[in-house]
Amino acid sequence: MNQPEKIAVKQTNDGMDLYQKREKIYQRHASGFFQTLRIATIWVTLGIYFIGPWLTWDGRQAVLFDLPERKFYIFWFTFWPQDFLYLSWLLIIAAFALFFFTVLAGRVWCGYTCPQTVWTTFFMWIEYMTEGDRNKRIRLDAQPMSLNKFNKKFLKHGLWLTLAFWTAFTFVGYFAPVRELFFDIYHLNVSGWAAWWMFFFTAATYLNAGWMREQVCMYMCPYARFQSVMFDRDTLIVTYDATRGEPRGARKKSVDRNATELGDCVNCQLCVQVCPTGIDIRNGLQYECIGCAACIDACDSIMDQMNYPKGLIRYSTENAVEGKASKILRPRLIGYGAILCVMVVVFLTAVFARVPLELDIIRDRNALFRETWEGTIENTYTLKIMNKTQQAQQYDIAVSGLDNVIPHIPDTIRTLPGELLTLAITLEMKPEDIRERNSTVYFTVTSVNDPSQEVTEESRFLSPRK
Amino acid sequence: MTGIDFTAGWVNGWIITIVLINLLGCLWLLWWTRKRPEDPIGDGESMGHSFDGIEELNNPLPHWWLNLFYFTIAFALIYLTLYPGWGDAKGVLGWTSVGQWETEVQKADNRYNDFFEEYAALPIEQLAQNEEVIKTGQRLFGNNCAICHGSDARGNEGYPNLTDGDWLYGGTPDKIKETITNGRGGMMPALGAALGEQGTKDVAAYVLSLSSRSGSGDAAAGKEKFNMMCAACHGPDGKGNQMLGAPNLADDVWLYGGNEETIIETVNNGRQGKMPAFKDQLSPEKIHVLAAYVYSLSN
Repeated sequence: MNQPEKIAVKQTNDGMDLYQKREKIYQRHASGFFQTLRIATIWVTLGIYFIGPWLTWDGRQAVLFDLPERKFYIFWFTFWPQDFLYLSWLLIIAAFALFFFTVLAGRVWCGYTCPQTVWTTFFMWIEYMTEGDRNKRIRLDAQPMSLNKFNKKFLKHGLWLTLAFWTAFTFVGYFAPVRELFFDIYHLNVSGWAAWWMFFFTAATYLNAGWMREQVCMYMCPYARFQSVMFDRDTLIVTYDATRGEPRGARKKSVDRNATELGDCVNCQLCVQVCPTGIDIRNGLQYECIGCAACIDACDSIMDQMNYPKGLIRYSTENAVEGKASKILRPRLIGYGAILCVMVVVFLTAVFARVPLELDIIRDRNALFRETWEGTIENTYTLKIMNKTQQAQQYDIAVSGLDNVIPHIPDTIRTLPGELLTLAITLEMKPEDIRERNSTVYFTVTSVNDPSQEVTEESRFLSPRK
Repeated sequence: MTGIDFTAGWVNGWIITIVLINLLGCLWLLWWTRKRPEDPIGDGESMGHSFDGIEELNNPLPHWWLNLFYFTIAFALIYLTLYPGWGDAKGVLGWTSVGQWETEVQKADNRYNDFFEEYAALPIEQLAQNEEVIKTGQRLFGNNCAICHGSDARGNEGYPNLTDGDWLYGGTPDKIKETITNGRGGMMPALGAALGEQGTKDVAAYVLSLSSRSGSGDAAAGKEKFNMMCAACHGPDGKGNQMLGAPNLADDVWLYGGNEETIIETVNNGRQGKMPAFKDQLSPEKIHVLAAYVYSLSN
């Protein structure tokens, strides 16, 4: 590999414009262990995203968030708005996972899995394939428009827009049946809202991953900023080993490493050129660093060429680089890890032990009770029975808590899959059986086919006298 | 739109003034806090604020971000003009909340139209066997009828029980539809003055005897008075008249209560029953389905 051409990374403002112009970053293509790892992560995450809506389960789309019906299908689960608690738990788990991994190894989320990074990396790869690497792109941009330049740009933006559109189509496919949507697009017969959201997400993807890129991380993303407060001096971060590297300087490959007074940094600028946020990691930890480790791979390749040991830039902790003792397993990390494990276990238990049946009882409000002309007292209840399973169910209703109550309940109570059944039920009491003016009564709904689906709710039975 | 103005005329001008002052204030704030060439603190220099070793530097905002702020002000002006934003002025788009509500009702009607039209053609006796129709009818009942008749339709004092097969105006499908569509007004005149205290007691005793019970008055004397004053509506045998909505007094079903005290009160003061008409709230197709539900309760 030739010594890379040196090009100034940042142009200075001309002094006339007082607000910052974006300085376009020409990222140099990097390869190495960490970049292979990132590409693997990108394949997995993008794969899940793009394949997700096409999976089927039980003859319907496996993952579908049906907003108009307020039913959220995830394989064999159907979640209802009443199950919102599970989503909040999931988000809390995600937050603790963020704490855990950030304390452990800095901004790994940003560098490897954040959608902004994943799509930007994909877009950069398209750019690399169509326009070539950094130096070619800089030259191309400096050229006046030509057929060659136009073709390359056209191809790049065309591929970007295609990918952006497919991203948007997939996203909408999670909320509207994806197969119908596909044929609707094919026949140019898409409903207004689906078309709007596809346009919106196409534009957002194209602009975010093609044009905004690192600016999203630097100016817009709140996580980027608050993750750094979770760092401590034992957090693994992408670090330049200044003790080993300085004084930096160019040298011939033939120069003996031990004979020169220079440090190991050959000042090749490669770490700067591969950086997607355009910083120089040798200036130390900076808020712009997303922890993508491209500079590690770039530097390692040069260290190999120089026959120096790898790791002049590496994942290390501030303490370790300063030569102090550094402990990865520290109470903070163990604490976060323990909480994370407990929450994951509790969450999974709760999801799998979830009773797919819900019962709401609404007492009639217009009259507290009804006195029949025979002298008995009746109370009326509306039961809302939600069958959250994907099968039809038959239920039994039992009433408890009142002695000698005469319930008026239909003989067979059937629901369709995912149906919300409204049932009016009357409870009758003879005056001599009534102990309290206001007593607690329990309704228990049990599935006939699967007795583990059972829910009990309480209500009140009111009467004019004891 | 003609409506009652709850506010004085000057309020509109006042609101417009406040909105404009706010928007201009935002614009002024942007202008005032902008970076200027004569700033004493240069690019990237400390602003003099330091906390926990973190220092605020004077770094420029990206241009596109600044423009976003200007855009929001322009957006506000356009939005306030398109929608009713300036005092009580109507928006250019002509949007109203009532209009939006009507559109949504129209949308729902269109969506369920086929369902109701399909069933409007079928006889009620047949619909009463259809589970889907019954569930829909029950929802209509819950929204429109349950407030008086109870969600179990078993009624309450003064509101008839619809499940017992006993009908004031008749329980055929046509009669039920007629009742829901046009409503009913029951009128039992007050007879206390005409009958006198003893006469009322005697009539009550006779009415009780129709369901094999006895009261404190003289049933035989009551019968004479009944034939004179009550039989015109309730019939000579007290079995009522569905043409008039006069209840059957011999079947042990009571609308206002069947003990002697209540019967005396009814005879003395009369009763006024009122079933409202639903033809303005519910379409004939919906009333058809609702009637099928009510019919199914006792058939």
